[in-house]
Amino acid sequence: MAVRFKQRSIIPGFGLSLGFTLFYLCLIVLIPLSATFLKTSTLTWQQFLHVALSPRAIASYRLSFGGSLIAAMINLVFGLLVAWVLVRYEFPGRKLFDSLVDLPFALPTAVAGIALTTIYAPNGWLGRPFASIGIRTAYSQLGVVIAMTFIGLPFVVRTVQPVLEDLDRELEEAAASLGAGRWQTFRHVLLPSILPAALTGFALAFARAVGEYGSVIFIAGNMPMKTEITPLLIITKLQEYDYPGATAIAVVMLIASFALLLGVNLLQKWSSSQRRLDDAGAGRAEASPSLTPVLVREGGR
Amino acid sequence: MAASIPWTIKHAAPGRSNHATKATTEPALVRWSLIAVAVVFLGAFLLLPLGVVFGSAFEKGFRFYINSLSEPDALAAIKLTLIATGIAVPMNLIFGVAAAWAIGKFDFIGKSVLITLIDLPFSVSPVVSGLIYVLLFGLQGLMGPWLIAHDIRIIFAVPGIVLATIFVTFPFVARELLPMMQAQGNDEEEAALTLGANGWQTFFRVTVPNVKWALLYGVILCNARAMGEFGAVSVVSGHIRGLTNTMPLHIEILYNDYQFVAAFAVASLLALLALLTLVVKGIVEWKTRQQLAEQATASGETRQ
Repeated sequence: MAVRFKQRSIIPGFGLSLGFTLFYLCLIVLIPLSATFLKTSTLTWQQFLHVALSPRAIASYRLSFGGSLIAAMINLVFGLLVAWVLVRYEFPGRKLFDSLVDLPFALPTAVAGIALTTIYAPNGWLGRPFASIGIRTAYSQLGVVIAMTFIGLPFVVRTVQPVLEDLDRELEEAAASLGAGRWQTFRHVLLPSILPAALTGFALAFARAVGEYGSVIFIAGNMPMKTEITPLLIITKLQEYDYPGATAIAVVMLIASFALLLGVNLLQKWSSSQRRLDDAGAGRAEASPSLTPVLVREGGR
Repeated sequence: MAASIPWTIKHAAPGRSNHATKATTEPALVRWSLIAVAVVFLGAFLLLPLGVVFGSAFEKGFRFYINSLSEPDALAAIKLTLIATGIAVPMNLIFGVAAAWAIGKFDFIGKSVLITLIDLPFSVSPVVSGLIYVLLFGLQGLMGPWLIAHDIRIIFAVPGIVLATIFVTFPFVARELLPMMQAQGNDEEEAALTLGANGWQTFFRVTVPNVKWALLYGVILCNARAMGEFGAVSVVSGHIRGLTNTMPLHIEILYNDYQFVAAFAVASLLALLALLTLVVKGIVEWKTRQQLAEQATASGETRQ
C-alpha cells in the first residue's frame, strides 16, 4: 500500500495553511540561515579554522560556554530548591514570587543588563559590600556569571514545577512507612522522577545563557581575552568589516545552538516518557497538557 | 455508576493525593530555612533589579522623568519600537495561526521536522539572528549589489530592524497555539462542518473561541519580546540616533553616555510592559485552568 503524505481528513485548509507556513518559514528563517552557511563556504577550511580557533575566539568560548555552564549549575540547584518551596510550602508572598519567576523571560535584556550592572557596580547596593572584601562583582567574569544566572533562572523552576505538582504523595508515604527518612525519600524516590525535567531545564538555561548578549555586555567589562563574550566578538568583527571572520564565529555558535537544540529535544523526550511511566505507575490516565511546559520554551532576549 | 465517579474526579484534578502528613513533610526548621534561602535568592535576583529600575528612574524627580521621555531622540526610539512591533506581531500572528492549524489539525509526514524548524529562532543567539540578515542584505551580502543598484536600504534602516524583529519573535504565537489546538482535537470542527459551516466559519466561530487564551498569551509574549529585542536589532541597526534606534538601543546609548537616570526612565517603560506581560500570563493560566476544568466535568457527565 502506498504511504500517504497526509492522513484523510474532512477539515479544510491544509493546503493553504501548510503552504503559507512553509513559504513564511523559508523566507524568514531558512533562506537567511542558508546565506550564512553559503558565506562561510567562501572561506577555505584553513581560513575558517584560523579565525574560529584564534586565541581571542577561544578565550571568548571559554567565557561564554564556561560561564553559562556555571550559571546553569547554579540555576539547577537553586531552581530545584525554589520549585520545591513554591510547590510544597505555603508562605506569605508565595503567589507573588511564583509569578515573578518569569520576570527574566519578560524583561528586555538591555533593561536587565543596566539594572544588574547598577546593582553590582563597585558603588552599587550589592557591589559595595563585595568590593570591600576584595571581590569584583561587575566588569569581571563573576559579573558575567551573575547575569547569566539571572537569565536562566526561570528555566529549571518552570520545568520542574509541573512534575512536582503531579507527584503522588502516596509514594512518599510508602517510603516513610518503610522507614526512610525525609532526605532518603527525596534522594531515592523523588529525585529520579524530577531529574529528567531538571536536566531539561539545565540544558535550556545553558543554551539561553550561551547566546545571551544584552544582559551580559553591560556588566561584563568587555576586555578582549578576559571578559569578552562570543556574541560581542562577532559584533566587534562586524564593526571592523571583517565579515568572513564574524561569519566563521557565528557558524561555530550556530552549530553549538543546533547541538543544544537536539540535546534539549532528546531530554524532553526522556522527560515525557518518565512522566508517562509515573502516571502509569500511579494508575492515572495521561494528564491533560498544561501551559507551563510550553511557556518554558520561550526566551526574551 | 458509583465506580465511575471516583475516576472522573481524579481525571479532573490530575494525580494529586496531596494530603500532607507528618510523614511527608519536613520538620518546620528545615521548611523555613528552605523558604528563607529561596526568598533571599529570588529577592536578590528578581526584586532588586525591579527596584533599581524604578528607583533610579525617579531619582531626579517626576519632572526629569517626563522630560527624558519626551526628548526627541527618545520619542523617535519609542516610535520605531512601536512600528517594528506593529508589523512583526501581526505577521507572526498570522503565521502562528496557519502553522498551528496545519500541524495541530492534520497528520502528515515530516511534522516533527517542521516543528523543529519553527523552533530554530529560539535557539539562535540574537547577535547571530541579526548577522544572518546582514549577510543576506548587507553591502557585502548575497543580495547587496542588487539592493544598491535599486537604491533599496534594508540593513542600517528600518526594514532591517523589522526583519530582525520578525525573526526573533517568529515562533512565539505558533508555540503557544499548537498544544492548545492539539489538545482541543478535531471533534468540534468536524461537527461544525457536518452541520454545513464552511472552513472560515468553522475557524472563527469554533476554533478561535476555544484557543483564545493561548492566542492572547502568544501575542502578548510576541509583543514583549519584539519591543525588548536588543542583540539582533543592535547588529542591523547602525545606531543612527533619531533614525534607527529602538528603545533598547536608546537605553544603551544613554547608559554609555552616563545619563543613568534618563536610561532608567526609558527602561522603566519596558519594565512596566514586562510586569503587564506577567499579569496577563497569570490571567491566561487561570482562565485556561477554568476552561479545562469545565471541559473535564462536561466530558465526565457525558461518560455516565
